[in-house]
Amino acid sequence: MAGGASAAAANEGRTSFLPGAQIDWDAQAWLKRAWRHVSARHVVVLLFALAYPWLATPFLTFQIGGQALALGIIALSLTFLSGYGGMISLAQMTVAGIAGYALAIFGNSIEAAISLNWPWWLAAAIAIALGTLAAAFIGWLSVRTEGIYTIMITLAVGVAFYYLCLQNYSVFNGFQGFQRVLAPQVFGVNWREPLLFYYLALFWALASYFFVKYLLRTPFGIALQGIRDNPRRMNALGYNVTAHRVAAYAVAGVIASIGGVLMVWYNGLITPGSVGTSWMINILIIAVLGGLSHPIGAFLGAIVFVLLQTFAIDIIDRERFNLVIGMVFLVIVLFSPDGLLGWWARIKSKFSPQRGGVK
Amino acid sequence: MKQRKRAFVRGVIGLAAVAAFTGVAFSQSGQPVKIGLLATLEGPFAAGGADGMRGAELAIKQRGGVVAGRKIELLKASSDAKPDVAVNATRKLVEQDKVDIMVGPLSGGEGIAVKEYSKTQPNTTFINGGSGAQATTLANPSPNFFRFNTEGAQWMVGLGKAAIDKGYKRVMIIAEDYAFPYSQVQGFMSEYCRLGGKVPVKAWVPLGGKDYASVIARIPKDVDALVVVLGGADAVNFLNQYEAAGGDKPMVGGSITVSQDVLNYKGKRRDSLVGTIAGSPIADAYDGADFKAFVADYQKNYPVSSGGYPSPSLFALVYYINMKAALDALEAVKGDLSDGQKKYREALSTMTLKTPVGDVKLDANRQAIGTTFVTEVVKDPQGNLYNKVLRKVDGIDQMLGMKKEDFKMGSRDEPNCP
Repeated sequence: MAGGASAAAANEGRTSFLPGAQIDWDAQAWLKRAWRHVSARHVVVLLFALAYPWLATPFLTFQIGGQALALGIIALSLTFLSGYGGMISLAQMTVAGIAGYALAIFGNSIEAAISLNWPWWLAAAIAIALGTLAAAFIGWLSVRTEGIYTIMITLAVGVAFYYLCLQNYSVFNGFQGFQRVLAPQVFGVNWREPLLFYYLALFWALASYFFVKYLLRTPFGIALQGIRDNPRRMNALGYNVTAHRVAAYAVAGVIASIGGVLMVWYNGLITPGSVGTSWMINILIIAVLGGLSHPIGAFLGAIVFVLLQTFAIDIIDRERFNLVIGMVFLVIVLFSPDGLLGWWARIKSKFSPQRGGVK
Repeated sequence: MKQRKRAFVRGVIGLAAVAAFTGVAFSQSGQPVKIGLLATLEGPFAAGGADGMRGAELAIKQRGGVVAGRKIELLKASSDAKPDVAVNATRKLVEQDKVDIMVGPLSGGEGIAVKEYSKTQPNTTFINGGSGAQATTLANPSPNFFRFNTEGAQWMVGLGKAAIDKGYKRVMIIAEDYAFPYSQVQGFMSEYCRLGGKVPVKAWVPLGGKDYASVIARIPKDVDALVVVLGGADAVNFLNQYEAAGGDKPMVGGSITVSQDVLNYKGKRRDSLVGTIAGSPIADAYDGADFKAFVADYQKNYPVSSGGYPSPSLFALVYYINMKAALDALEAVKGDLSDGQKKYREALSTMTLKTPVGDVKLDANRQAIGTTFVTEVVKDPQGNLYNKVLRKVDGIDQMLGMKKEDFKMGSRDEPNCP
């Protein structure tokens, strides 16, 4: 098992192994193959994630666990876009916000005059669909740009949406936004209870995580990474670069929308402040902090981010606590350009020289 | 084999780290009474929030940090005037730090959100900090949310008449676009319109907006004055830009437009504020003995050299009042918070609170009935601006003296008299 694990770990990140390319397989072989990828750390992390609410207080479960998972999902969409598609979009929070607003508008909130009060599952489905559409649109707008221009155009879209929410009263209810957007009562239980919300967020976090992991090994994912590395050559090979990029935006949009719906249920409200520039940049910070080289980085970044946001004020008093947050971010990024994942890789290579250098 | 061992060691280290972290979080208990304090130390009301904290701390200092023989442990948190941030910060204090009593938040929208949250925490008593939106206690009140400061509409009582007396027959309103200024504008307009004043234009601007050029361009030539209901940094930005645009209309101020935190900015436009009338729960030059003692105590504890204002701001006063209420009621029940804080809440609901500006009682919605001032900005010989009292109005309730049927909560379109 140990040998297998190391071989599997060595295989990771390479593109030689493609389940999607093999057509003739049976379930048993697939399971076996999947099992080869499971190592001790995966089991430990999963067990810890499952057991966490039983070890922690409801507060830690909800505000740290639940919030970090929901934010992690939104950041994961950015990790996917930038780490594998080479496109840094600042508008991922905007996509999440569009989904969140759609949820409040089609679902229930305290603003009875605006909210349509449709059943939660319909509202959530519409929210995710609208978020995905919006993401595809943002992608379509920005795919012809590169690097800093992508950042600029997505920033512009995000800021435009922020001001739309802030100043439109007939649909978005202006500065006040929507209060009391409550999570649904399904199976007779309230899904905003800390424990249930945590598992709900965990379920979607795992689903998004494995979806991204799977997608990266499909022909689409491989082509996307090819486009990231050399769009011209991929174009010459006959791939439609624009279509692949827009599709990547749409996929990231689905993930961000799920995160957006969870964030609204978590906060119980959505206001323009939730989609303002500070949050747009926070998502980038989370993704970079964790590391863009692997999907798990988004969640690592989110955990560190939420812990700092919550507890920095205990370390240093009053007006200065933002300084601590900034310093920690600076130190992480300064000493490890690849965020926390970079540290992890460095530690790993130090303790196990036979595994080779930093991946 | 070696690798498995390594994985195990890694796991143990990880678990130990987690245990250490949660262990820190769990270690709390004991005799002292824990009070949470939330104010905006970031965002547009950062200056006001810091002064609010000074006010609340002053109430604790006056008791020497002890109430009913129990030590007071103060836990602070910060927000940035956004409701979701305020609720997150409050949730940390209530659920993580396990405070017995929660004082805060500062801003109107935050107050409504925290009030909603208070309904999910029946074992903690919530006392308002500085927030002054009508809806907080008027619509869907929460049984464990108390507000000992009068709110935005109550603060403006008397100002409509003062504006008419000054000869302002038509005014334009420039206010931030959220719950608290709605209340302020309603408090002003309900009286002003009744006395025959006209408000042809209302400009609602976003909170934290930086550019007022489009608003300034919309000011009609034929209005006599501007009613400016902007707070903190927004007020200063507007005043500077209005000055740069060559504006010279007299002003009528909202309660936080001419508070000490704005009057002490070092802008040019500052001097043109002289003569501005405003409605406010605080008047720097009020000569009541209690108020003078409060100001002296504030100045002694927070001299200008260490960041205080020459005279306490509105936020310092309302946070002081709310914290004082929290402590006075604790003293009254001898620190008894048992039985879901039943006795304590009873005491809060029925007490007559002595504040620096007069007695305050609560109504059935746990909202203060109290005193308001109509003030005018003047300059003292040292060049400091302060608020002189034009009129003091006592015993204002949340209906502003109207009948319940006639009363409509303030909004963008209500009231209306173009």
